[in-house]
Formats: sequence, C-alpha cells, structure tokens
Amino acid sequence: MTGLAFLIPVALGLGLLGLTGFFWSIKNGQFDDADGAAMRILIEDEDNV
Amino acid sequence: MTAPTTNQAAIALPVTDFAVPGMRCAGCIAKLESGLALQSGIANARVNFTAKRVAITHLPEMTLPQLVSAIANVGFEAVPLSESGDEEENRDAQRLLKAMAVAGFAMMNIMLLSVSVWSGATGVTRDLFHWLSAMIALPTVAYAGRVFFRSAWGALRKGRTNMDVPISIGVTLTTALSLYETFTHGPHAYFDGVVMLLFFLLTGRWLDAVMRDRARDGVSALLKQRASGAMVLHAEGQSSWVDARSLQPGMVMLVAAGERLAADGVVTEGCSSFDLSLLTGETAPQSVVTGSVVHAGTLNLDAPVYIQITATGADTAIADIARLMEQATQSKSHYVRIADRAARYYAPAVHSLAAVSFLGWMAAGAGWHESLLICVAVLIITCPCALGLAVPAAQIVVAGSLMRAGILVKDGSALERLAEVDLAMFDKTGTLTLGRPMPDNLDKATDAQKAILLSLTRASRHPLSEGIRRALESRGVKAASATQIQEVAGTGIFATVNGQAVSLGRPDGEVTHDGLAAVLQVDACDAFVVHLSDQLRPEAAATLRELNRLGIPSSILSGDRAESVAPIARALAMTAQTSMQPQDKLDAIARQTTAGHKVLMVGDGLNDGPALAAGHASIAPASASDAGQNAADVVFMGDALSPVATAIRAARKTQQIVRQNFILAIGYNMLAVPLAIAGTVTPLIAAAAMSGSSLVVVANALRLKNAASAR
Repeated sequence: MTGLAFLIPVALGLGLLGLTGFFWSIKNGQFDDADGAAMRILIEDEDNV
Repeated sequence: MTAPTTNQAAIALPVTDFAVPGMRCAGCIAKLESGLALQSGIANARVNFTAKRVAITHLPEMTLPQLVSAIANVGFEAVPLSESGDEEENRDAQRLLKAMAVAGFAMMNIMLLSVSVWSGATGVTRDLFHWLSAMIALPTVAYAGRVFFRSAWGALRKGRTNMDVPISIGVTLTTALSLYETFTHGPHAYFDGVVMLLFFLLTGRWLDAVMRDRARDGVSALLKQRASGAMVLHAEGQSSWVDARSLQPGMVMLVAAGERLAADGVVTEGCSSFDLSLLTGETAPQSVVTGSVVHAGTLNLDAPVYIQITATGADTAIADIARLMEQATQSKSHYVRIADRAARYYAPAVHSLAAVSFLGWMAAGAGWHESLLICVAVLIITCPCALGLAVPAAQIVVAGSLMRAGILVKDGSALERLAEVDLAMFDKTGTLTLGRPMPDNLDKATDAQKAILLSLTRASRHPLSEGIRRALESRGVKAASATQIQEVAGTGIFATVNGQAVSLGRPDGEVTHDGLAAVLQVDACDAFVVHLSDQLRPEAAATLRELNRLGIPSSILSGDRAESVAPIARALAMTAQTSMQPQDKLDAIARQTTAGHKVLMVGDGLNDGPALAAGHASIAPASASDAGQNAADVVFMGDALSPVATAIRAARKTQQIVRQNFILAIGYNMLAVPLAIAGTVTPLIAAAAMSGSSLVVVANALRLKNAASAR
C-alpha cells in the first residue's frame, strides 16, 4: 500500500504534466504551421549583422 | 531556431494577413520573411506555410496596396485576407481538441486504475481506486462533456432530439450511478466507460471540425482579388486610389485596360470593350461607348475609360445576385446529415430499450438498484460511440485523399449530398470551357511569325495576348528580340524586329469569324490572322461520359447566346438552355428539384452563384469568381474537368463505407445488448466492446485513403 501511495500520484502527476504541456503548446501556436516547421530547418541562417 | 521568429514589439503594431498561394519551399519562406523585414514600414513578417499565409506586422500608415506591392517586390503574388469569422471557427476546433486531450488523459489514468480492479482488487483497495477514478472523472465529464450537454439542451428546448441527447443522458446517468456505487462500496463503477465514451465521441467531432477548417483555409488561399477599389478623379484634377467601400455615387473613376470595375456606372469618356462573362456568362466582349451602362465585376479589355459611378456596394448588380444567393442557400440548410438522420431513429430506440430493461427487471423483482445498474449498462453499450466516429472518420480520410488530388471539399455534408445527385447541370463559359480565349490556328503560322508573336504578346496584359502567349510558351517557342515595343490601348502592340516594323492588333473589321481575332502584321505586307476562341476544358467529353456511366445525365445552363453555346453542346452531345439570367438558372434547378431530382450544379461565374447555392450539391473550378467559390461545396484545381467525376465517385464510395460503418457499429451493439439486458455486462466488457467497435470503424474508414485515385 505504501508503494501505491507513492506510485499513483507519480503516475497522475506525469499524465498531468503531459496534459499541461499539450495545452501550453496549443496556446503557444506550436501546431499552427506543421508543414512550415519541417521546412524551416532547411533555411540557411545568414545572421551577418 | 533558424528562421527569425516573432519579435516582441513594445508598441502594438497592426498585423495584416495575406494569402500567398505561390510559396512552395523553404527558400520561399526565407525569401518572404527576410525580404519583407528589410523593407521600410514593415517590422516583421511571419509565414504560415501550412495555410500558405504571411502575417505582416507593419507601421500603421502602410496601406493594403503598399503591402501587396512590398510582397510583389520579393517576388510573390499576395491577396489580403479579411478576418471575418475566421477566429470563431478556429476556436471551435481548438476547444474540441482541448476537451479531447482532457478526456484522453482521464481515460488513460482511469483505465490504469480500472485494470487493477478488473484483475481482482477488493475491499479498501477497490474503494480507493474507485474514489480516485471519481476524482478524475467528475471534472473531466464536466469539462469535456459540455459540448454534448449544450447541444442536447439546445435540441430539447426546441422539442427535438439529436445524437447528443442519448449521449448526455447516458453520461449523466452513468456518472451519477457510478458515484453512488463508489459511496456504497459497490463492485462496479463505470467511470472508465463514461470517459472513454467522451473521448471517442470528441475524436469524431474534432475530425469533423478539422476537415472544415482545412478546406476553408484552402479556399481562402485561392480567392483572387476582386476590384477592391478604383482610381478616382477629383475636381482639382488629381487622382487617388479609393477603397471600394468609400466609393460614392457621382465620383468619376478611371478604369485602365485589364482592370475590373468596383462599382456600377455610366461611361463618360472613352470607348472600349468589356468582358461581361463573370456577370452574364457571355464570352463575346461587348463594346461600350460614352453613355453605356456598365456593371461592377466586369472587366475592361481595351482602352482606359472614365466612368461616373451610379451605384456602389449593396446597390450594384452584383449585390442583387448576392441576395438571390442568400435566399437559395436557405433552402439548402434544410438538409439533415446522415448521422442526425440515424440518430432520429436510434435515440428513441436506445431510450426505450434502456427503459424497458429497467422496468422489466423491476417487474421481475430485482430491486431498483440492480435494475438501474442494468439500465446504465444498456445505455453505455448502446451509446453511439462508434456511430459518432463512423461518419467523420470516413469523411476526413476521403477529404484528405481528394485534397491531394486537388479537390477541396468544404464540409462533410457536402460529400453526403454529392453522393446523392442524379442530374448534373453545367455552366458553359469557364466551366465546360476554360473561360479564356486560346488561339485555334497557331500551327499555320511560320516559326518566324511565332517568335515575333511571342515577343509582342509578352509585352501586353490584354487577355488575347495572354492566351496567345500561354499557347506559344507551352509549345516551347523562343521569342524574337524586339525593340521599341509600344502598346497603344485599343489598337495593338507595335515594335521593331530585325529592322522590320511589326504590329499585333485588332482586325480591320472584314474578318468574319465567330470568335475573336488578332492580326499580326510584319513590315506592312505579311499579315497573319490569329483566331481565338474559348476552348473546352481537357477531358470534358470523357468526364461527361463518366457521369453518364454513374447514372447522372448532364445538360447546359448558359447565360450565353444560343449561337455560342451550340458548338459546345454539339461537341459534347448535351442539351442546352441558353440566354439565362441568374434567376432563370435558379428556376431551372427548382423545377428539377420539384420533379424529384437531386441536382448537381457545376459553375464558376458570379451569375452561377445563386444556382450553385441552390443545387443539391455544387462544384466550382478554382478559376471561378469569389462568389462562385464561396457558394460551391467543392472546389477543384487545374484545367481538366475530370475532378467532377472523381469527386462524385469518391463521395459515393464514402457513403458506402459510412453505411458499412453503421452496420458494424450496430452489429457490435446487437451482440452486446442482450448481455447488457441479461445483466451480465461488467465495466470490462463495456470498455472492450466500445474500444473494439471504434477501432474497427476507424480501420474501415482508412480503406478510403486512395478513394480519389482508384477507379
């Protein structure tokens, strides 16, 4: 039983962490441009300033 | 990471969205973002590649035309986007996604606890797990269930029922009973079933919303810029660009060749010819002189003219068509989607089944608690979870497949209606034909003439020049080097090639040809007459044959004169009605509808707008007017007409899969319901039945992945 008291909160906490992460990424617009994100990695960074 | 990201501006600068359909690759993103940011007045540009949009943060004093030309400087064509309604719809999909995420999280955690209960946890452990489940499930039901509760309440208030009514009753009753079980240390709690049900149902709803969003983004990226303003002459002699909304009757606007009119008016100076095809469907240009009445949306072809405005905005001829369209749309909104039709029979059946089993067990002397438990088990088992997924899963898969083939479907009900059509009516100009003049007799020209033609037509934006240029370029002709190129509005293009004076212009009148023509004159002796006509779309005949094979006879509804429709009708062996006003087209469709037909309208022009809205289903090419694209259920890209048949075939296949899905889902229920009524369904069996049937339904829907390509 002591194991449960420890493990269940951990399981729930990890799940909640994922859920908040997902909510944060929606709010932050991480899924707004999925195709663009794949393209952007190919852009040469020319920070010459 | 690599590309510049949004700067946090200290003061709030205005942000304007543009559709840039031309972006194709990573290079385009970089060019747009870094190129625009370098221009004066623009603080920042951010590309959304998925939606083919760019959001520009700019100084307040920048106007729309300035921003469009800034994007043109970087090498892209852009269309400003209006924000109306966009936000609202997007939030809808996002709210569903959030609710789905919460339900998914709760489902996994409750399942975790339930598995141990199923595998034999008893006493205090089981109670603890039930309590934990309740703590997770209650807020989840309150949050994720809102969508269903609200819609069910809305339907009940109007004295109707929909799919959401049994869902809401089932969810509330099951939650309440499970809570009671938890309080009284009972062996079975259905929290897992409730939450799983919500999760699957929300998945269905979300898929539906995503499909609508995607199509809407696609269509708005296609919409071309209509004349959103005009160059207005002021009393003092200067002229300035005035936005379409601020145009007033009495103003005089200067309309250059190649421009569309932003308002109705009377020509006060100059003569030219106007292309009315968008408004009436007529291909032959109409010549206008001082005093002629001209309408918004028509295209000035030849020479600049001055026009005094007589009507703007809501008073124009276009606005009349818009009103007709609105009326026609209302008749279509009576269509009831297949899922709701199913729910109409399903919901009462489920309710009475649950009630009967409750009463039956009561009569058999089981006690109200046990009877209620069985009633809840029946509700959970019969809850239309696979039914809720059956339709949207199939439709989103097929919409994705059609989109890859260049066909945009506006929403799920469009697919359902498209599958039902049994009669097709086509507009002529721009729908059966390409809607732009193409040369007929270029092969008779010598190579030298072709080279000169290309160099001349490249210098002009006249529609005839564009047609000739396109045809020549597709044949790989190399342009001759021309000097002193000069375009005289209304007359032609003049230049010097190899020391010879050449010109391309309007014929002197004696050319008899039922179409358009242009004369190429080389050094005052060697004349070549290019005949141009509007040509059939590729694969038009094959598409109509295919439609016939599908049991859909087709005919032509055209606003054009009988003489111009006849050759097309003959070539395609179709019957045709000609010289039709928008109202006539509407009436023709209404007649067929009352005769019991389900009419598919295929059209493009503004004059087809009301007919497109009135048809049981409608398809427009991407070259259509904004009104046409907005009214149509399906928009297809490219020149070929074949997407019309492809879309219908795919829609029918979808209906077939949807029907199979219904049978599968109901079949599952038929197997499980006797168990539920007998009182032997445990939460484990309920969970297995539910997820099993949902998975089968989704897997079946995935078979539609290639619906748009396979014959």
